[in-house]
Amino acid sequence: MTHSGNFQLHSRAMNKNLTYLLCFLLCACDVWNNPYPAQDSGKSILYTAFTERPKHLDPAQAYSENEYEFISNIYAPPLQYHYLKRPYQLVEQAAASMPSVTYLDEHHHVLSATATKIAYSVYEIHIKPGMRYQPHPAFARDVNGLPLYLHLTTSDLRDIHAPGDFLHTGTRVVTALDYVNQIKRLADPRLHLPIYGVMSEYIVGLKDYAGTLQQVLKKHPDEYLDLNRYPLLGVELINDTTYRITLQGKYPQFAYWLAMPFFAPMPEEALRFYAQPGMQARNLTLDWWPVGSGPFYLSENDPNTRMVLSRNPNFNSEYYPSEGSNSDKQAGLLADAGHSLPLIDQVVFTLEKETIPYWNKFLQGYYDASGISSDSFDQAVQVNVGGETRVSDEMKQQGITLSTSVATSTMYTGFNWLDPVVGGSSLRATKLRQAIAIAVDYEEFVSIFANGRGIAAQSPIPPGIFGHHEGSAGINPIVYDWIDGQRTRKSLAQAKRLIAEAGYPDGVDVKTHQPLVINLDTTATGVGNKSRLDWMRKQFDKINIQLVVRSTDYNRFQDKIRRGDTQMFYYGWNADYPDPENFLFLLHSAQAKVAHGGENAANYSNPEYDQLFEKMKNMENSPERQIIIDRMVEILHYDSPWLWGYHPKNYVLQHNWLHNVQPNVMASNKLKYWRVDASLRDSLRLDWNHPVFWPLWIGGVALVLVFAGLRRALKRREDMK
Amino acid sequence: MIAYLIRRILYAIPILIGVNLLTFALFFVVNTPDDMARMQLGIKRVTPEAIEHWKEQHGYNKPLLVNRGVKGIGKITDTIFWQKSASMFVLDFGFSDDGRSISREIYTRMGPSMAIALPTFIIGLLCYVSFALLMTLFRATALDIAGVSLCVVLMSISGLFYIIGGQFLISKLWHWVPISGYGEGAFKFIVLPVVIGVVSGIGSSSRWYRSIFLEEIGKDYVRTARAKGLSELRVLFTHVLKNASIPILTGVVVVIPLLFMGSLLTESFFGIPGLGNYTIDAINAQDFSIVRAMVFLGSLLYIAGLILTDISYTVVDPRVRLT
Amino acid sequence: MSFIPVILWSDALVFLLLAAGMLVVSYVRQHEYLRLPWRRVAKNSVAMVSLLVLSLFLLVGLLDTLHYRVELKDKNAGKTVYSPEVLSVFDKLVEPLRLHTEKTYSAPLATNLYSKESVTDVSGNIVREYSRLQYAGGQKEGSRDVLRRALFGGIAGFIAAGLLIGIRRAFLHRSPFPVRAGWVQSPVIFAALSIAGLIGMTVNLAGAYHVLGTDKVGQDVLYLSLKSIRTGLIIGTVTTLVTLPLALFLGVAAGYFRGWVDDIIQYIYTVLSSIPSVLLIAAAVLMMQVTIDTHPNWFETAASRADLRLVFLCLILGMTSWTGLCRLLRGETLKLREMEYIQAAQSFGVSSLRILSRHIIPNVMHIILIALVMDFSGLVLAEAVLSYVGVGVDPSMISFGTMINGARLEMAREPMVWWALAAAFGFMLVLVLAANLFADAVRDAFDPRLNRTEGDL
Repeated sequence: MTHSGNFQLHSRAMNKNLTYLLCFLLCACDVWNNPYPAQDSGKSILYTAFTERPKHLDPAQAYSENEYEFISNIYAPPLQYHYLKRPYQLVEQAAASMPSVTYLDEHHHVLSATATKIAYSVYEIHIKPGMRYQPHPAFARDVNGLPLYLHLTTSDLRDIHAPGDFLHTGTRVVTALDYVNQIKRLADPRLHLPIYGVMSEYIVGLKDYAGTLQQVLKKHPDEYLDLNRYPLLGVELINDTTYRITLQGKYPQFAYWLAMPFFAPMPEEALRFYAQPGMQARNLTLDWWPVGSGPFYLSENDPNTRMVLSRNPNFNSEYYPSEGSNSDKQAGLLADAGHSLPLIDQVVFTLEKETIPYWNKFLQGYYDASGISSDSFDQAVQVNVGGETRVSDEMKQQGITLSTSVATSTMYTGFNWLDPVVGGSSLRATKLRQAIAIAVDYEEFVSIFANGRGIAAQSPIPPGIFGHHEGSAGINPIVYDWIDGQRTRKSLAQAKRLIAEAGYPDGVDVKTHQPLVINLDTTATGVGNKSRLDWMRKQFDKINIQLVVRSTDYNRFQDKIRRGDTQMFYYGWNADYPDPENFLFLLHSAQAKVAHGGENAANYSNPEYDQLFEKMKNMENSPERQIIIDRMVEILHYDSPWLWGYHPKNYVLQHNWLHNVQPNVMASNKLKYWRVDASLRDSLRLDWNHPVFWPLWIGGVALVLVFAGLRRALKRREDMK
Repeated sequence: MIAYLIRRILYAIPILIGVNLLTFALFFVVNTPDDMARMQLGIKRVTPEAIEHWKEQHGYNKPLLVNRGVKGIGKITDTIFWQKSASMFVLDFGFSDDGRSISREIYTRMGPSMAIALPTFIIGLLCYVSFALLMTLFRATALDIAGVSLCVVLMSISGLFYIIGGQFLISKLWHWVPISGYGEGAFKFIVLPVVIGVVSGIGSSSRWYRSIFLEEIGKDYVRTARAKGLSELRVLFTHVLKNASIPILTGVVVVIPLLFMGSLLTESFFGIPGLGNYTIDAINAQDFSIVRAMVFLGSLLYIAGLILTDISYTVVDPRVRLT
Repeated sequence: MSFIPVILWSDALVFLLLAAGMLVVSYVRQHEYLRLPWRRVAKNSVAMVSLLVLSLFLLVGLLDTLHYRVELKDKNAGKTVYSPEVLSVFDKLVEPLRLHTEKTYSAPLATNLYSKESVTDVSGNIVREYSRLQYAGGQKEGSRDVLRRALFGGIAGFIAAGLLIGIRRAFLHRSPFPVRAGWVQSPVIFAALSIAGLIGMTVNLAGAYHVLGTDKVGQDVLYLSLKSIRTGLIIGTVTTLVTLPLALFLGVAAGYFRGWVDDIIQYIYTVLSSIPSVLLIAAAVLMMQVTIDTHPNWFETAASRADLRLVFLCLILGMTSWTGLCRLLRGETLKLREMEYIQAAQSFGVSSLRILSRHIIPNVMHIILIALVMDFSGLVLAEAVLSYVGVGVDPSMISFGTMINGARLEMAREPMVWWALAAAFGFMLVLVLAANLFADAVRDAFDPRLNRTEGDL
């Protein structure tokens, strides 16, 4: 009889479900597919998505785009990129004015900026007074002014899984000491520090500082590491709002680093708070719960579903920019000029790993902005006679608008310079590389796989970066001719001739009589990559070279690159800052992957190029710099160590209730400028998402008919017996 | 019975040790700690020092099985295997390779997993059993043949198609439920995955139950019952269903604890933050700690399922005694 | 043009399997008691139609298994040089399908590309339009030509098949095996004729159109679907080659010897089966990938690389799926060993090996056969799921899994690209459905238990 008991249990569960279903049908009669809680409608919330959970949120450790999406809105470094002005220009963020730079010689005498023997440069930064941190329990104090949550026991932490679970919070004014503190953290040996290598070359004493900290940690492994007790030579605290950074030599690009969260303020309270025992076990770390002074703070952190940024109530130091071009003004981008930032109360990031749901939710109005995958391109975008792009009529009716920009990044295919077949500066290998460069038709690649959202690259330097040339001056003369005012790819006959000259007529090695086989390494294991590889194979077939694609997982790929065990490989680079140095250094031999573990994955080396690079890297942008860069690019064209690939273009679609969106590929702290018209959004969502009822009716009727039929059949059967 | 249970539980220990050793061997042949470090540290500017440092921080700088550098008990305990695997027997899963508590993660993710798996299981069982009963009732008629053919067709379709088709029709064309996601008001998020889960299993399960029922219905006691003049429906529900429950239980109870692990496909297609999704992510990110924890948990639950099955026999059939 | 035959690892295994299959068939034909259940299968018209479909798939798979490399024209004399590209007889037969690649998507039987692209028109302006396909329709426009070709092809196929069946029938009437009359049932003939018509139609159309459209890089979807068949068949059959000996020997040994042998074997399969199989497979596949990557010199061609990965995948699937069959066999052996005649044999001092090979193994064969045919469809379906999780076949290998995986994203396109997914769906459904139906018939014919119950009805 236990069995019937079981049955009752099941039917009870069924009943519960049925009541749910009824409620659901009655309450949400107009829109059923709203993925957000109903009470959130009408609020000034921006809805967006993230595709990958961020690994680090600690400003000393985070370095990838998907991490910056969050933390650059939470932390406020001294500088930022101007939201509207082009070309990109640095302006103050937390700094009260742009840093003043003084150049010194070896004996600390002041020099002029053009002097040749600059030994040190000193950056003096004044920060705005009165900026305050987000509310956080680390700042909470009791009546005596002592920290409330500093000596917590495990029982105090029992029900606590987020900073929001603490009863009290506090705040404090940001001081210059916090900025100094963070620079010291860039040498903390306990952290994974992506820019320690670069910074230790420039910031005076940073390398020794890392050594000091290492020793301290070895001596007192269990104690809290108080950075204040150990001074850093190159960073000097002047007063509450001023600090100085001393650099080795001249390094004008340093200002760009000051716009990255690496140089944001870090309050000592937060470090002490998170260093308490038991915190790490509850995922309470600085890497997980940032403590910043920027426009937003992280109020919900569940990277399995959603992350929420809320307005930092203590933030009042910034206003919407009032300068911008005429076209910005026409586009309404200056309508909010002078308003206190941020303009929205909350940003909800939802995890969306798959592109299909992402795109559909955007069309249904549940995301405010979206990129376009190449698969949905024709649905969204039309290209008119002039080659200009605009949104399709259907999208236009929905009020969707499009903004485009060329990303400061480059996607290339490298030849391994150390490989005996395709690498090296011999005439044979050079001709082979040049032939391949002609054969691989990146215009076609861009048109098939990116729907034209990209520019076939002529050199490592993308448009919008100093040193890039448009038009005939900018073409790669090895691959293209300039015919009738247009860039034209050289013919396949030319490529075949080069192959023959290199000693592989018809793709067969003259010496060994073996067909020429070249390996391409990729990490392409994901969806849709097969077609890319097929395409690549087709390109090589054109000049009778056999391409073997070896796709491996990411680890193996990295390993091969590091060992130099490749012939060709796919790679890409995203600029840290808009300076040609950040692209040309990818081919500097001192950066060679195999020899030095650097970023020159092709292991390219050319003494003249290296020499020119050293000369160019710390120059200010000037005609002289341009001449050097032109010569460097010319060397690269001839040597062809990469197939230059393409520079992707960013297309962003946004709904008409979202305002002030201006593509800015350098700045990732854009959210504070955006504004949302929530009531318009609600009414449009209602319009677009009427559930379709007829299948329900048909299904219901069918079900009733089936049941009736079965009953009759059963009855007949019983009767027959 | 208690003695039996204790014996079963003791017997589980060597199996779990075997599972642990096997996965450990597999994963350390695949991934050296260097690989793991590189995976976790990201793309830009990774130095060999950073890798060494990461390994030290996460305890992967030790020898795999035997530490020759240490004397005494440390020879065995100061190794990766001991430190990363032995602790699992007390359900301490430690931290994932990106530094977050695995136990906490399992704790927060089991809710969503269960929210999908449990309704799918219960509704599915009800549907399959009723459908099978229906086919049994109308056995050897056109209805039965149509039902069986439908089952065979349904079970010949890959599960991927059910998900793709369901999402397309119900979410995209008809706007009935959100296309993916999970959150407040979970009901609207779980309807579609549950429906698809139930439909995709209908073919094979119903057919299986039908064959069980058919076997029962051929037995003598059923003939006797029928001869006594009981109606066909009554025979089916009181006798056949009851007696068929032992073979059904054998297949069904074993999976109940495993429901907890969630479904890999459904969860990743619908973006449900459950344990199945967690596992797929871990496989893709090659997070050894998580996969090891999930493998251990899976084996543990499987063994629990076996024990549960035995117990359920005694509940259904009092003649069965566990000794 | 000369060529050298290439035997890939999977080819060798297929040949091995084929040889084994033929041996079994000839053995069965010689023993009347073994032929009996097969005769029951032959009487089942659903099973015979399924078998017909399966053998067509098998034919494609086998043709696709005969690999070779073509000689390159070598100007500098000396040694002959062979192209690194490995082709199969099937590739050669359907050469137009393989070589006629368009630029990108086109719908089934279309004459123009499916999406617009920027082209420069006569007056030098850039316009976006649907350009004409390179290899479809020639200069003819549209549906009339398609209809005509379909009709002609269909009729031709129909007639050819009709003739063939007629001849065969005439021949069979004189055949000394009256059993074979079971073959010639009207549903089977009807099915054969319609399949032949369909094939004729497809062949006639495929010469001039892309019958199932083209994919993102312009490859013919029909070609991809046909190539996927071999992968599916290999996964479904070669895996059993691994499963079989393991399950058979361990299962029978455990059941027969009992004691510590049983304990050890039980321990092994309990450990293996208690690990969730997807996780075990994922771990093993990753390991195999590393091995392949660290030894690039093992492989002369890209095809052999992808092929070895496929073989390993079969191995791994086999390693994780033998436990179920092993348990069944152990149980059956435990039962058998208590039988009087075996007890008697033991007491007469007959060696264990002899008892096993003479009495036990022949008596569990029907279980093995049923398990094998039942597993086949499950394995074909599993391949697709594993490819989705990222631990399936090599991404450069054409299979149903990789097709679905690629086509999944195309559903989101507007207008939707449905044909690749539909083709994979259709081919897979037909293959698995035929396999399931055939497996059912085999089980019904061989399982004595089931016969009893159905006899009761």
